[in-house]
Amino acid sequence: MDNLQKNITENKAVDNFDNKLSTLNLGPTHPATHGIFQNVLKMDGERIHSSEQTLGYIHRAFEKIAERRPYNQIRPLTDRLNYCSSPINNIGWDMTVEKLIGIEIPKRVDYLRVIIMELARIADHLICNSVIAVDTGALTGFTYVFQERERIYEIFEEICGARLTTNIGRIGGFERDFNETANKKLKLFLKEFPKRFKDFETLLCRNRIFMDRIINVGPISAERALNYGFTGPNLRAAGIDYDVRAMNPYSSYQDFEFKIPVGENGDTFDRFMVRQEEIKQSLSIINQAMDMMPEGPYHADVPEFYLPPKTDVYTKMEALIYHFKIIMGETKVPEGEVYFSVEGANGELGYYLISDGGRSPYRLHFRRPCFIYYQAFSEMIKGALLSDAIVTMSSMNVIAGELDA
Amino acid sequence: MGQIEKSKNKIKVVAPPQGYQGEGFFATKLSEVIGLARANSVWPLPFATSCCGIEFMATMASNYDLARFGMERLSFSPRQSDLLMVMGTISKKMAPVLRQVYEQMAEPKWVLAMGACASSGGIFDSYSVLQGIDKVIPVDVYVPGCPPRPEQLIEGVMKIHELVKTESLRRRYTKEYQKLLESYNIS
Amino acid sequence: METEFLLNSINDKFEAIVKTHTISHGILTIETESTQIKDLIKWLKKSPSLNFNFLTDICAVQYPDQGEREFAVVYHLHNLNENFRLRIKIFVGRKNMNIPSITDVFSGANWMERETYDFFGIIFEGHPDLRRILNLDDLDYFPMRKEYKLEDGTRTDKDDRFFGRKGNEKVTFDNKKALARDNG
Repeated sequence: MDNLQKNITENKAVDNFDNKLSTLNLGPTHPATHGIFQNVLKMDGERIHSSEQTLGYIHRAFEKIAERRPYNQIRPLTDRLNYCSSPINNIGWDMTVEKLIGIEIPKRVDYLRVIIMELARIADHLICNSVIAVDTGALTGFTYVFQERERIYEIFEEICGARLTTNIGRIGGFERDFNETANKKLKLFLKEFPKRFKDFETLLCRNRIFMDRIINVGPISAERALNYGFTGPNLRAAGIDYDVRAMNPYSSYQDFEFKIPVGENGDTFDRFMVRQEEIKQSLSIINQAMDMMPEGPYHADVPEFYLPPKTDVYTKMEALIYHFKIIMGETKVPEGEVYFSVEGANGELGYYLISDGGRSPYRLHFRRPCFIYYQAFSEMIKGALLSDAIVTMSSMNVIAGELDA
Repeated sequence: MGQIEKSKNKIKVVAPPQGYQGEGFFATKLSEVIGLARANSVWPLPFATSCCGIEFMATMASNYDLARFGMERLSFSPRQSDLLMVMGTISKKMAPVLRQVYEQMAEPKWVLAMGACASSGGIFDSYSVLQGIDKVIPVDVYVPGCPPRPEQLIEGVMKIHELVKTESLRRRYTKEYQKLLESYNIS
Repeated sequence: METEFLLNSINDKFEAIVKTHTISHGILTIETESTQIKDLIKWLKKSPSLNFNFLTDICAVQYPDQGEREFAVVYHLHNLNENFRLRIKIFVGRKNMNIPSITDVFSGANWMERETYDFFGIIFEGHPDLRRILNLDDLDYFPMRKEYKLEDGTRTDKDDRFFGRKGNEKVTFDNKKALARDNG
């Protein structure tokens, strides 16, 4: 006799019928939680009375692993934080190390980085917004935008060889410049995407059913959002125009003109619309960067930190020496502590790095935006219907890999 | 007309199993018919935990379209699914859940481990990560990659199909199979 | 906001609470008493002239050789109006790991403090629900501490010799040196 049966026969734990509240266990594997985390909901009929989150189901000990790895090998770890937009994490990490070392980055690298980061942001927002639609029962939009995501993947693939976990770039710049095909694919994407995106928009934005499902669902006030440490589109949907790109411009974001869309009510509809608008702004940034792309090298001239190309390593003495020194941690990294943050696709992604001059960081802490704002979920869904809670969760763009690190 | 003919040629229909054919009848082994039917309507249970899950979404979506292989219907209920696709890192906290899901599935069932993490722990050789799901449940097909490309996943699925097609109906009652389950403490 | 102004206002309000201050890579870092951290952060948030209204992050760092100053808890605050960041550090030793929780000042501190407890065993007094958050509930150690190793040793496809693993390596860090360097 298993435990449940035993309890039932002994009449324990089945008094839920008398009790008004029932417990509903959402997760850790549930088709509606896009990622692995558990929500235990106390339900009063169809309404949520209270809820509690359990996380850590894919805790992988990133911070501990990072204490063992040389700086160049931490980039693949950052890939797996928010895997919907890995390039932002990669480049953020590179820039953190560059800030620690104090490397001057050529303008061209900045612009190339901006293009890649904005592409990643588009890819991430597309997933999030299409999944909101899927959770309200509209699968069509999802199949539309995934074709566009494939295009973005192809561009990444052309630049760095990987689709999803990109490990793009190096400390000091890029492994290689954009090639002809990448540029061609990028131009094609910029031409084709707006049309497809328009389709997606007309499917959903003024769709009566969709609007009814998400307007006034899971709202949070600006004050509460700030108190909870919201960042990114979720904070902006609540009406606060905090964007790291504008407030602490990195990678030459100050050269571009873009608007920061803000919402009013901080509900699911606002979060959806803010992301929609941000996709358009990202497109405009990419276009500007393509137009103003300066000539120049694709990496900084820092042989002590920039991994030399493999062909040189095999043929040139100097490159071989630097390669060896970088990989074995013989190059001197300055001591000190640095906090650097980038505007990740779902919020302020921060890196707090303490270096003792050694081969690997002494301590590395990731400020993971969704780990911090997901704790507001309980408050946001209190008293809501179960189906609304599902949509609210998907609109918050919680990525399990980032949540648990 | 010509176009229809052309597209007709493009559609590949599953080949019938070996058998004896005459006018108005076709005789073959029951196991092969069942294998054919099973292989072309596998209901997968996507156990997607991390990055590989996103590549799985890409595989399911329009460009790669796993539905072509009769796998359109994702079964989120373990009771109704045939194939457990484990995609992503399984931590020690998750391992009991994975095992429970596996135990809930009805025979016959197959398991596909997608990606380095599910197969061996991948780059996460840390205290909190299960070093390969084969520590807790038996696995039929491993798909390498971090994450594997959709093409690779499809290849893995094809391997599963082959297994499903050719597996003896009695295999699940054999001593070897019982022994395998016993070694995992699954009854 | 001027660094001088900030430091003076803090020291006026709390008697010489700021022990040291440095500016490292653009962020003002101050070190204070662990007992007063909650009052300080509360005041920094409420004070109209300082207005640190955003808690960016909480994390801990371990320096195994420093005895009474073994664990540093690091708070990152952000004044969004003037875009001014502040880093506050407090140090605790192994004997007394209790520091006040700031969950009623910033709701967002809840999980950050739980994470810090989970990794380092720092006890936040007054926290509504101080449990492990990421690791298994029955884990009997605090995994981010330097004395515990990263791997659990169940990996079978790796040969230790090729990965430089020899068990627990002692890691040292000279904080004074780092501070002196930061001060210029």
